[in-house]
Amino acid sequence: MSADQLVVRRETASQTAGPYVHIGLQPEVAGFDIFENNFGHVLANERTKGQRIRIEGRVFDGIGTVLKDVLIEIWQANAEGRYAHPGDRQPGKSTDPNFRGWGRACTDFESGVYAFDTIKPGLVEGRNGRFMAPHVNAWIVARGINIGLNTRIYFGDEAEANARDAVLNIIEWEARRKTLVAERLDAKGDGGAVVYRFDIRLQGEGETVFFDV
Amino acid sequence: MGREPQSDAEFLIRDTTSHPIAYTPAYKTSVLRSPKLALISLQQSLSEVTAPVFRADELGPQDNDLILNYAKGGLPVGERIVVHGHVHDQLGKPVKNALVEVWQCNASGRYRHKKDQYIGAIDPNFGGCGRMLTDENGYYAFRTIKPGPYPWRNRVNDWRPAHIHYGVSGDGWVQRLVTQMYFEGDPLIRSCPILGVVPSEEQIRGLIALQDIGAFVPLDSRAYRFDIVLRGQRATLFENNVQKTAEGRPQ
Repeated sequence: MSADQLVVRRETASQTAGPYVHIGLQPEVAGFDIFENNFGHVLANERTKGQRIRIEGRVFDGIGTVLKDVLIEIWQANAEGRYAHPGDRQPGKSTDPNFRGWGRACTDFESGVYAFDTIKPGLVEGRNGRFMAPHVNAWIVARGINIGLNTRIYFGDEAEANARDAVLNIIEWEARRKTLVAERLDAKGDGGAVVYRFDIRLQGEGETVFFDV
Repeated sequence: MGREPQSDAEFLIRDTTSHPIAYTPAYKTSVLRSPKLALISLQQSLSEVTAPVFRADELGPQDNDLILNYAKGGLPVGERIVVHGHVHDQLGKPVKNALVEVWQCNASGRYRHKKDQYIGAIDPNFGGCGRMLTDENGYYAFRTIKPGPYPWRNRVNDWRPAHIHYGVSGDGWVQRLVTQMYFEGDPLIRSCPILGVVPSEEQIRGLIALQDIGAFVPLDSRAYRFDIVLRGQRATLFENNVQKTAEGRPQ
């Protein structure tokens, strides 16, 4: 027996979140009211520091069907580029008491559109000091997805930073990098928020880059 | 075991043989929802090793009591059970303050969900969801009604074994996990196409809760035990840091 068999257990197997994921994670979307405090798609309040943005999009399957039963969670740094987590010890950056940087949204049962209302994250230093462009981490689950899919959302108006990003640059197929870049739209959202569109393609032409993290 | 991991310590790479692959034709919905291209392997940065921290005051006092948290003047119908267990990481460390969210159908096999059309009756006193944080030892417990089996459209006579869905958020973004818990002795376990995508008997066993007589509440409820293992977070043995700090890393 090798050492890893002695000390490293197996991770519990993943299973699909199923068609009724909303009951557990967003019961109001399933059609009922049960918890006083619900976790939702609005990450910023009126006191949160930073540029208001809205990230919206749709999720497509392998033949281009818009999926209406997907749940997406995002995790991001605040406007200074700091995560609200004790492990983040980047010097000179503070947490924002009005920003946790985490939210979840479901694709709409009619339109298939999901949306997050948040702020644009600042720069987070990459592994061993390497450069990373502003980005939001995303995790996608749904019926038919056996294990949650991890991806990143970058911003279309950060072309220079994106070109230097350590993670985008490890994707050897340059044409695929753009699947991680949200397009900045001309229209403004509520309160002047900048709107970005980030569509996710689970399979086939233009398949989104997913990461083994 | 050595010293406790730093809170920015890396997580073990995922052992993909512990999990179903994406494309599993016996579970038909996966066919068009499975990426065909290889996942891009990413060395972890702060973006991967951090995760949201949840506070007890964000949850309500009955959020982990599915027998009472939607009761409208009566009690839900069905077998009363307690489900409990520990959340550890792969190296045996308790995962403290993990957010555990559960959802399920009622005793008739019907979900309280606008998209569920099954003939099984809605229970006016049962919502079917709950949530809790693990304690200092990684322990969690909730009370509920045992869910029923139900048919689903895959092959025309496919039935889901009784199960409870779990979502777990741990210390790092890479630990995020959704899974399903099954019940010891359920004859539908053997033929379920969704459980059948799990790659080994050992991993299937890990999803089956055992009846736990020691935790029964006499004259009230039976109990099941379900332990969860998340990705392991390791101590940093040599300088290979996720982040640089102004003062450097004390060893």
